[in-house]
Amino acid sequence: MKFTENAAGRKVPVMVNGQEMVPYKGVGKHKPAGRKHAPAIASCADYPADGNKRVDNLREALVKAGLTDGMTISTHHHFRNGDLLANRVFDIAHEMGVKGLRWFPSASFPCHAHLIKYLEDGTIHHIQGSMNGPLGKFVSEGGMQGTGVLRSHGGRYQAIQDGEVTIDIAVIGAPTADPFGNANGLYGNSACGLLGFALADSQYADKVIVVTDNMVEFPCIPWQIQGNYVDFTVQVDKLGDPEQIVSGTTEITRSPDRLLLAELTATFCDAAGIIRDGFSFQSGAGGTSLAVGEYFRKIMQEKNIRARFARGGSNKYLVSMLRDGLVEYILDGQTFDLDGVQSMAQNAGHVWTSPFTSYNYHGKGNFAGMVDVVILGATEVDTDFNANVVTHSDGYLLHGLGGWQNCLFSKTVILPVPLFRDRIPVIRDRVTTLCGPGELIDVIVTERGIAINPLRKDLLEKVEGAGLPIRTIQELKEEAESICGVPQTPAPGEEVAAVIKWVDGTLLDTVYRVKS
Amino acid sequence: MAGNTGDKVRSDCWVSVTLNDHGGPRVHLTSKVSSIYGESIHALFSEVLEFYGISDAEVTIMDSGALPHVLAARLEAAIRKVSNTRKAFLLPEIGRKVLPAPGDRFRMSRLYLPGNNPAMMINAGIHEPDGIILDLEDSVAPDRKDEARILVRNALRNVDFYGAERMVRINQLPLGLEDAAVVAPHGADLLLIPKCEEAWQVQKVEEVVRATMDSEGIKREILYMPIIESALGVENAFKIATASKNVVAMAIGLEDFTADLGVARTQQGTESFYARTRIVNACKAAGIQPIDSVYSDVANMEGLLENVKASAALGFEGMGCIHPGQIRVIHEGFKPSATDIEKALEITAAYKEVREKGLGVVSLGSKMIDAPVVKRAEQILLLAKKFKLLATDRS
Repeated sequence: MKFTENAAGRKVPVMVNGQEMVPYKGVGKHKPAGRKHAPAIASCADYPADGNKRVDNLREALVKAGLTDGMTISTHHHFRNGDLLANRVFDIAHEMGVKGLRWFPSASFPCHAHLIKYLEDGTIHHIQGSMNGPLGKFVSEGGMQGTGVLRSHGGRYQAIQDGEVTIDIAVIGAPTADPFGNANGLYGNSACGLLGFALADSQYADKVIVVTDNMVEFPCIPWQIQGNYVDFTVQVDKLGDPEQIVSGTTEITRSPDRLLLAELTATFCDAAGIIRDGFSFQSGAGGTSLAVGEYFRKIMQEKNIRARFARGGSNKYLVSMLRDGLVEYILDGQTFDLDGVQSMAQNAGHVWTSPFTSYNYHGKGNFAGMVDVVILGATEVDTDFNANVVTHSDGYLLHGLGGWQNCLFSKTVILPVPLFRDRIPVIRDRVTTLCGPGELIDVIVTERGIAINPLRKDLLEKVEGAGLPIRTIQELKEEAESICGVPQTPAPGEEVAAVIKWVDGTLLDTVYRVKS
Repeated sequence: MAGNTGDKVRSDCWVSVTLNDHGGPRVHLTSKVSSIYGESIHALFSEVLEFYGISDAEVTIMDSGALPHVLAARLEAAIRKVSNTRKAFLLPEIGRKVLPAPGDRFRMSRLYLPGNNPAMMINAGIHEPDGIILDLEDSVAPDRKDEARILVRNALRNVDFYGAERMVRINQLPLGLEDAAVVAPHGADLLLIPKCEEAWQVQKVEEVVRATMDSEGIKREILYMPIIESALGVENAFKIATASKNVVAMAIGLEDFTADLGVARTQQGTESFYARTRIVNACKAAGIQPIDSVYSDVANMEGLLENVKASAALGFEGMGCIHPGQIRVIHEGFKPSATDIEKALEITAAYKEVREKGLGVVSLGSKMIDAPVVKRAEQILLLAKKFKLLATDRS
């Protein structure tokens, strides 16, 4: 395999899965010319005049959509670990003897470990999308025929829009839909709130199949997915396991160490003047991030501060802030629990968004850049503030990118991370995998001190004298090493397992197979 | 063998050692951190084996991210089980913050840490308790006492508790004497003596500690906090409190005390009221700090705060914690109110003024101010200073 070095000094392959790649050039440097991808022109003459696009079952829909070897099949992840549909799609493909498919999910979950056998027998050639847990381990250990391609949520929209990935068949699970194909995620047994991650698929795929377990008579209101994009509709008994659909990591951490980290993060934001009337924030779905939100609430209540908007993933905590009037709007990308789903259905201030509005870098702006402060996680950070969110220090690919890269464009990016996890230092000389360039990462909060990116002199000045434990990132790294020991440098990888795309479609880094 | 392994184990390891006649040292390492610390773990194990003069052995390590002092402690414990050695393998001691003089230390909160659980020790200091207690007594199973003692010794030397006073709760005598001799030279500031009933028990521990320190040529003084946990202990409270000049505080342990009385422990604590006030009285008479029992419902922070305030009102100056989340609530409970501080400032100012003018009697409004009132005011101001509540601290 031929490699080249990109602008971040990382070695990346020139070709991936037979496609030529553009190496990362720097933040905001790559501006592709040309026009967006366009699906074929359709004619109403080819669709039922009465608008009833129902077919008997999913298999028939896939056959009618022309499922054949080597196609790209897309699914969305709004059902999270409760998804039954993606597995069903590939069961059918396997039964039909179709080979060499490219699975293009918006994210994968442990429930998709079911698909490992299809990666092994060649039904699926490779995955373009996040590879979490068991799938990540499988890919790291070299089990997949092709090379994985990881993108952010915004990067996935960009890749579809720009024609980097053309979808042959999009299979969109919809908690509620009508026979015409209008669909939403708000109602039904598999309610998941919204369907934003399937928006690009509906707009750009050659064939679109909407699958629902709650078929209603036309019109399905609201239509988060428009039936005018849809080829076939299918009714099934069950799309997902409701308990798993709405059970993300939605409980606040009870670990005293993480609570301390969360509190320190909120105190920092307060001292830096970020928490002020009319501000906006986004905090992830992990236990620590949720706790940061709760400390925000305390500060906001004490000082009588109201946020103009918060970006979701929504959950019961954020919903209660909306209900209590602490937040005017939730601009939501996905709902993590039932409270989020219900709130979105009932509250005009709880608005569904998509990767197009929130994250797409090849658009005329997006919402991510307007957010005052975003709280994100990381597995590793280096002394240049570069961060890793997909691999662990042993090289294993275990997490997806999600909206992480897109959120780095927020006005202030804060990563609360423990200084070390079970002896593994989080602050390193060099991250195992580069997912986010340090110039976009502003503050690293650890339980033993806070490091501010020297590029953010304004923040350094604002928190001076606030009694916060401000240190240099170098000092934090040294403290971690004084406790854990200096880590040995792992042997460089050779065989490529997956690649990491930046938000503009360029190649940021390479994930190597793990040597056993 | 020694240590712990399993899915839920963090920052610990399990080590087994079998001595052989030939074949050299064979070390089998399974570790989640082997890609970045595999070499250093092997190097440490070789060093330890060499230190004990072991040339032929089968060593198996199941590591869950143990820090070096834990790896060393577990290997030492495993070696001691298969040989008669009493030698201690010590890593270089870390530098640490100098504590205030023994008499100037607050002991409002002291966080219990199970002595055989290395994971809980690592971050204990970041929660800023006044003291941490490495517990060798109730939280350690009888068959783990030896390995815990080694682990606690290493933790005292190599874990940074960030300015918390380092306390060790030794076992009941006579086992506690062995604990005391092992931990005292390695940085313990204070020993808690559990189930103390008579003054001689304190004196016996002190005698053993002194002998050990003398033989190792260490000049440092070790402090003591006896824990009263029985009716007899309560009766002897003053004698125990004055057993040595190094007894700086005395605590009451209510679980065992109520069991000794044969009554249930209640939230109101009526059943232990006499004992607690008796302890407070004995401590004040002896000029040491009275410390209240732990509050065991870790989820109930309101209940804890109420308990601390009631405890402070009785005269207690500290309380045990069994969860880091309790530390701040306890400090909150002992924090003087703004009114208290203001009054204390007025009293000390008036007293100072009168003293400067050489007058005999001081009064503030209609109230007479005498020496005890001034002393109480000074205590409040000291606490206020610790909490940075005085105007001069805020600038």
